[in-house]
Amino acid sequence: MSARQKQRRARLAVFKFASCDGCQLSLLDCENELLTLSESIDIAYFLEATRKAIRGPYDLALIEGSITTPHDAERIRRVRSESRFLVTIGACATSGGIQALRNFGNVREFASIVYARPEYIATLATSTAIGDHVAVDFELRGCPINKRQLLEVISAFIARRSPTIPAHSVCVECKRRGTVCVMVAGGTPCLGPITHAGCGAICPSFARGCYGCYGPDEAPNVASLMTAWTQLNRPPDAIARVLRTFNANAPAFRNALTHENDQS
Amino acid sequence: MKTIKVEYLARVEGEGALRIRFRGNAVRDVELRIFEPPRFFEAFLRGRHCAEAPDMTARICGICPVAYQMSACAAMEDGLALSIPNHIRDLRRLIYCGEWIESHALHMFMLHAPDFLGFDGALEMARTHRDRLKAGLLIKSAGNELIRAVGGREVHPINVRLGGFYSLPPASELLALVPNLASARDRALEALEWMTSFDFPGFERDYEFVALRGSNSYPFMGRRLISNKGLDIVANQYDETFEERQVPYSNALQSAIRARGHYVCGPLSRFNLNFDLLSPTAAEAARRARVVPPCRNSFRSILVRCIETIEAFEQAIEIIERYDGAGPAYVEADVRASTGYGLSEAPRGTLYHRYRIDDAGLITDATIIPPTSQNQASMEDDLREIAPRMLALDHRAATRLAEHVVRNHDPCISCATHFLNLTMERE
Repeated sequence: MSARQKQRRARLAVFKFASCDGCQLSLLDCENELLTLSESIDIAYFLEATRKAIRGPYDLALIEGSITTPHDAERIRRVRSESRFLVTIGACATSGGIQALRNFGNVREFASIVYARPEYIATLATSTAIGDHVAVDFELRGCPINKRQLLEVISAFIARRSPTIPAHSVCVECKRRGTVCVMVAGGTPCLGPITHAGCGAICPSFARGCYGCYGPDEAPNVASLMTAWTQLNRPPDAIARVLRTFNANAPAFRNALTHENDQS
Repeated sequence: MKTIKVEYLARVEGEGALRIRFRGNAVRDVELRIFEPPRFFEAFLRGRHCAEAPDMTARICGICPVAYQMSACAAMEDGLALSIPNHIRDLRRLIYCGEWIESHALHMFMLHAPDFLGFDGALEMARTHRDRLKAGLLIKSAGNELIRAVGGREVHPINVRLGGFYSLPPASELLALVPNLASARDRALEALEWMTSFDFPGFERDYEFVALRGSNSYPFMGRRLISNKGLDIVANQYDETFEERQVPYSNALQSAIRARGHYVCGPLSRFNLNFDLLSPTAAEAARRARVVPPCRNSFRSILVRCIETIEAFEQAIEIIERYDGAGPAYVEADVRASTGYGLSEAPRGTLYHRYRIDDAGLITDATIIPPTSQNQASMEDDLREIAPRMLALDHRAATRLAEHVVRNHDPCISCATHFLNLTMERE
């Protein structure tokens, strides 16, 4: 038996917190690569796919979802302690997700709108990123994540190299695709200049402005883009709404609006 | 007292647990507990613009985002009395076909089939049934391709908007998918034959089946909701017909028909109420597999899912073949204060949306009732009914049977946790 065969296969675990399941579904959506992947690593814990559960420690834990309950705030610490590398996947895990809209309102009021007996519901006042609770080795952005990027991240961590995931804006992806700028040429408001790349610039290729589902890029100039939107006759409340969606709690988006409010 | 407890339900979308308590040989109580954390969609939709509802509600569920987009559009367009041209309706049905195929294939091959064959999951099943699983993945990827072609990406498609689409896909791009769709449909026909060889426990219940009734084809979107027990309503009568109840042990609300109680929605209901509308290929496959209405055994829902997958392929090919890519991509909505009601058939059952908006188009009230909350009470009834059989089994086998019973209804727990205004509040 060669040394390579003797080597223990890497153990992958997938954990879910508050989320829509779409990012872990991206792993099952890797239809062709999934079987190959399961032959080269041990999928030790992935409840959505199998009830077989191997106990930690894990070499790589993928975390989907945000922290919204006291129980989950505890659980993520336990997961961290039994994982060598911990990677968060998707807008919920990296910024708190759409459910972080509660951070700007009153969660008790929210609960009483949805539930007749809100006292049965155990929930925190905020929805926060995993990185606000434990150390995170890598954050993969997107609502949802891109499955090609997910495979790159898994391969990189298994091979102990750093993942090749660019942090520039969606604009670069449009240029690469050869998509004509929807904002400059078409007057369509677009969040591309401040949004993290990774989706492949899908929206502009469908004649739609980017709506920011990958969150802020490495150095977003939000104020400048807002000025450009105003010049396209977008009212300030429309701009505020578009930053308050899937990555509302990402600091660059959150602070841009707080700043605006301070000025008014 | 004996208790069967499953702490984490595996192979379902989202997080849930179940507990069955016996006193002697009698079932004392059954609790299907959903502890997926609540995300309060109905609350934060208030104050948002009506045009934002399709993209925001898509995030309720990564497995059936198209269903959320379609029900949201249907509700807003109902309120605004917006009439949608046929070529847009067709494209909506096409992307919905993709979602049925993708979601049904995931459930049949990766979640449900392992129950019948005694595996922990699909990856374990791959060791002995690799070709079957590969066929399933091929079917699933054909569905995803369809969603990608119309919607831009498979999870949370970006091309759907109020009134239609941002842009229409070129006819040549869709036409190029047909060979692959046809061969995936043939894999589904073979899979149906394979699945008929599964061992189905004798388990018939007198469910009330509720589903949309199609007007001239098997239903994806529509306004008329019927049942096998006399229900026949249109979308805006939904609230007076159904009620939702909150139970202390779960973050999901349970639905019931006010007049009669529990019911089921989903593939069995659609099939039993719309068999006559199936395309010839799907109907013929159903007859060959000896699946004909009324099918009252929820274990056999895997066969019905496969028949619906074949139906979705047939409809998709038919739509693509007469699609020419002409016409406007969307119709502009004239926003005004209104209340709208929307229904569509998500892969796992009827999805209801209701919105009230003001003159500026901002949402003042939102209600979303996903299929899993509607089926939750019937899942508990199924468990109660089958529980005596569990007493003869060891704990592991009893647990597996209980999970299997829940999985028969393809619960999507991520969906089921985000709910609605309660009826008791309204009264």
